[in-house]
Amino acid sequence: MPTQTSQIEELANREYQWGWVTDIAADSAPPGLNEEIIRFISAKKNEPDWLLQWRLKAYRHWLTMEEPHHWAHIHYPPINYQDIIYYSAPKARNGPKSLDEVDPELLRTYEKLGVPLHEREILAGVAVDAVFDSVSVATTFREKLAQLGIIFCSFSDAVQKHPDLVRKYLGSVVPYSDNYYATLNSAVFTDGSFAYIPPGVRCPMELSTYFRINAKSTGQFERTLIVADKGAFVSYLEGCTAPKRDENQLHAAVVELIALDDATVKYSTVQNWYPGDKEGKGGIYNFVTKRGACRGANSKITWTQVETGSSITWKYPSCILQGDNSVGEFYSVALTNNRQQADTGTKMIHIGRNTRSTIVSKGISAGRGQNSYRGLVKILKGAANSRNYTQCDSLLLGDQCGAHTFPYIEVRNTTSRAEHEASTSKIGEDQLFYCKSRGINLEDSVNMIVNGFCKEVFRELPMEFAVEAQKLLGVSLEGSVG
Amino acid sequence: MTQLLDDKNIHLANFTLFARHATPTLSWVEKLRRSAIARFDLVGFPDAKDEEWRFTNTAPIAQTPFVLAEHDDPAAAASLAADFTFANQAAAEIVFVNGRFSQQLSRVSPLPAGITVTSLATALQNTPALLEQHLARYARIETDPFVALNTGFIRDGAFVHLARNAVVRHPIHLLFLSIPSAEPAIAHPRVLVVAEDNSQATIVESYAGKKGAGPFSNTVFNNAVTEIVAADNVHLDHCKLEQESPDAFHIAHMHVTLGRDCSFVSHAASIGGKLVRNDLVVVLNGQHTDATVNGLVVLRDSQHVANHTILRHEKPHCSSHELYKHVLDNRSTCVFKGKIFVQKDAQKTDSKQTTKSLLLSDEATMNAMPALEIYADDVKCTHGSTTGPVDEDMIFYLRSRGVPREAARHLLTYAFAADITRRIKVEPVRRRLEDFMAAQHGLPQDLRITDLGSHDQAAL
Repeated sequence: MPTQTSQIEELANREYQWGWVTDIAADSAPPGLNEEIIRFISAKKNEPDWLLQWRLKAYRHWLTMEEPHHWAHIHYPPINYQDIIYYSAPKARNGPKSLDEVDPELLRTYEKLGVPLHEREILAGVAVDAVFDSVSVATTFREKLAQLGIIFCSFSDAVQKHPDLVRKYLGSVVPYSDNYYATLNSAVFTDGSFAYIPPGVRCPMELSTYFRINAKSTGQFERTLIVADKGAFVSYLEGCTAPKRDENQLHAAVVELIALDDATVKYSTVQNWYPGDKEGKGGIYNFVTKRGACRGANSKITWTQVETGSSITWKYPSCILQGDNSVGEFYSVALTNNRQQADTGTKMIHIGRNTRSTIVSKGISAGRGQNSYRGLVKILKGAANSRNYTQCDSLLLGDQCGAHTFPYIEVRNTTSRAEHEASTSKIGEDQLFYCKSRGINLEDSVNMIVNGFCKEVFRELPMEFAVEAQKLLGVSLEGSVG
Repeated sequence: MTQLLDDKNIHLANFTLFARHATPTLSWVEKLRRSAIARFDLVGFPDAKDEEWRFTNTAPIAQTPFVLAEHDDPAAAASLAADFTFANQAAAEIVFVNGRFSQQLSRVSPLPAGITVTSLATALQNTPALLEQHLARYARIETDPFVALNTGFIRDGAFVHLARNAVVRHPIHLLFLSIPSAEPAIAHPRVLVVAEDNSQATIVESYAGKKGAGPFSNTVFNNAVTEIVAADNVHLDHCKLEQESPDAFHIAHMHVTLGRDCSFVSHAASIGGKLVRNDLVVVLNGQHTDATVNGLVVLRDSQHVANHTILRHEKPHCSSHELYKHVLDNRSTCVFKGKIFVQKDAQKTDSKQTTKSLLLSDEATMNAMPALEIYADDVKCTHGSTTGPVDEDMIFYLRSRGVPREAARHLLTYAFAADITRRIKVEPVRRRLEDFMAAQHGLPQDLRITDLGSHDQAAL
């Protein structure tokens, strides 16, 4: 159907809508990476010595590591780590006391993004810890949460106010030596979010961080640490966008989740970093390490992600199921269009007895996008009666793109079961014909079918995100169906 | 590192010896051997950091000081051959002892017109031009260090040629026997099958050994490479039966290239050996070609078997089906890595890959990696993988009919494997596997799949 193809292609070629640059004087470190820069960052943030030592340990380890190039299904020119600015903060006015004091330019940025940072967010019931470049700008709702004993603040605040908690859990899920990018992050991370939910508390609202990369040639290295103590529940939302730039920016974040006995952590991401232009110029390298540890019995960690942005996505949100009866879930929609590349998936490590994991991954490739699912399900000998179910479906839109699946399944006992299913297909012409015969135009049909394809994942998203995710998908897909 | 260097040097020294003693040969073969051994010298043995070898530890192979296998015990060879022969069930049977052709154990006639079955050494003398056109053109030395090593020592093996329109009904049996020597011995068997247009044949490759064959009990290592090239409209049924002795190493690389309108069926069974690795690459290089690739692995003790398969769809309108089943007992470990690769223009590809594993012991480990790599949009590709124990519900069903628990487990395990064996059309191969399974599970030898009806949906 050549006419349809061209129509669909037109639709897919919509421009990135969030690609403006906010003009704020930034307080930046010179580009480059050395021990001095790390000491500079640490001093800027008034960090205790143990944290500086930890950073330096990570940096020294990083120097001995080799950048991974061979195993992931992604291709990119080498990154010059000396060209990156490792610290960039909006010029402070001695810390804003309320939203009124926040740079209006900044607030407008968030408005364009649709982050409900004002009154609107009260209605929306979202507490936002907005990270603008490297420093947390405003934290709302902190007091209300504090009444319940919930700590929700920027990572730097947590280091100042709750050093014991930070010290206890930092690096306990993703050690400083974990992998190339996590180690780099450990050395140079600047800010991020910290949440601690005390025993038995159900966090009454969805916690949310909106990340945004702004200043030119900055890498964003944020670090998120969420601890749900015994019997606690928290749902955390993360959304990302970045302005349009010609060169590639590196984003190497680390997220650590910890769930103790009977605790539940739900982590949802909508990632819409700048994907680069149609020729693959520019865009974010999203090399992120996300891992959760179900430390306690009956604990549960759910990762839900919608990945539509970034020129390269390289992330594997994982669950370490240590506690007996713990549950790990991973729901993912990854979309690649134009020359985007995604190599994403999860790891489920079953250690405790009766542990269960579910993986549902939906990959959509359009244009010249390359989309890979890479996952590991490892059921250790002690993990009796464990269960895994994996489903990876790929949808191909256009004959220039690729969809790949690389699952690793390792089972070491006889009472456990692992199931894996994958399929690859394109949108059926009969499906399109059916919609057409009911008077639905091609674009709407494709959107409808793609949304239906992703429904299992969207269902897991909190309300606000589900709506945003559906819209994003529609936008990202415009003009790509054939 | 120095250790690894030494490991490599064992084979480089073997090559120097080999090159000195090998009878003068064609210059292109000489060149091929030298470039292959140079390649091996360059890359050496793979270690666990090599993704393709992550779960298969080659250290036991690398560290054994192998000498090139020689064959000097006709009595032991004859008695071993008697155990594994297909006798008159085969159209031709060509036997190799430690990689060298055995004239007196082989039978290569009478064959229908247009079918040639001979040793590679003879073929190099008789039809050098044909061999030069095909030998080592498909299984490239760059793909794998073991392929390079084998190619460096190309001397003997089997050559099968099917002329245009040639058809042979009964299987051609290529039997490779291993008899331990006074020292750990390595053989590099090589098979080349060239099938011209419209030809049709069944080819069985058997690799066999036995504890107590001959006076010695040293390790034997078969490092085999098989190349099959089919023109258009070729129908090939291929079986590989690996039943090496329990302390043998076996590494085999098989490369199949198929033209247009071909039908290729392969059944690979691994039931012997200590450390076994089979690489199978099938390239569907013509439209409307169909490939079926099945495998059965039955392991016990501390056996390790790794099957790596790649189905490359290069042209549109092809289909492929893959089913691999694994039964693991004791401390055995098994790896399955299967990839369906669909090239950019290979539209309308229909490919299905399934792998099922049955774990009978908590000590056993299964690694399954079913991968898809797809660059075309109008395709139907699926894969499924399951790993688990014998289904308790099925055991319950049988127990409710008066079958004791243990017997039910045996019966269901047998049926699980029967899902593969019943698909094998080559009678002697199927029989051997069925008898092996029956013996392992204490079931009557004359048990046949038909007796089980539809129960072969066993487990998972």
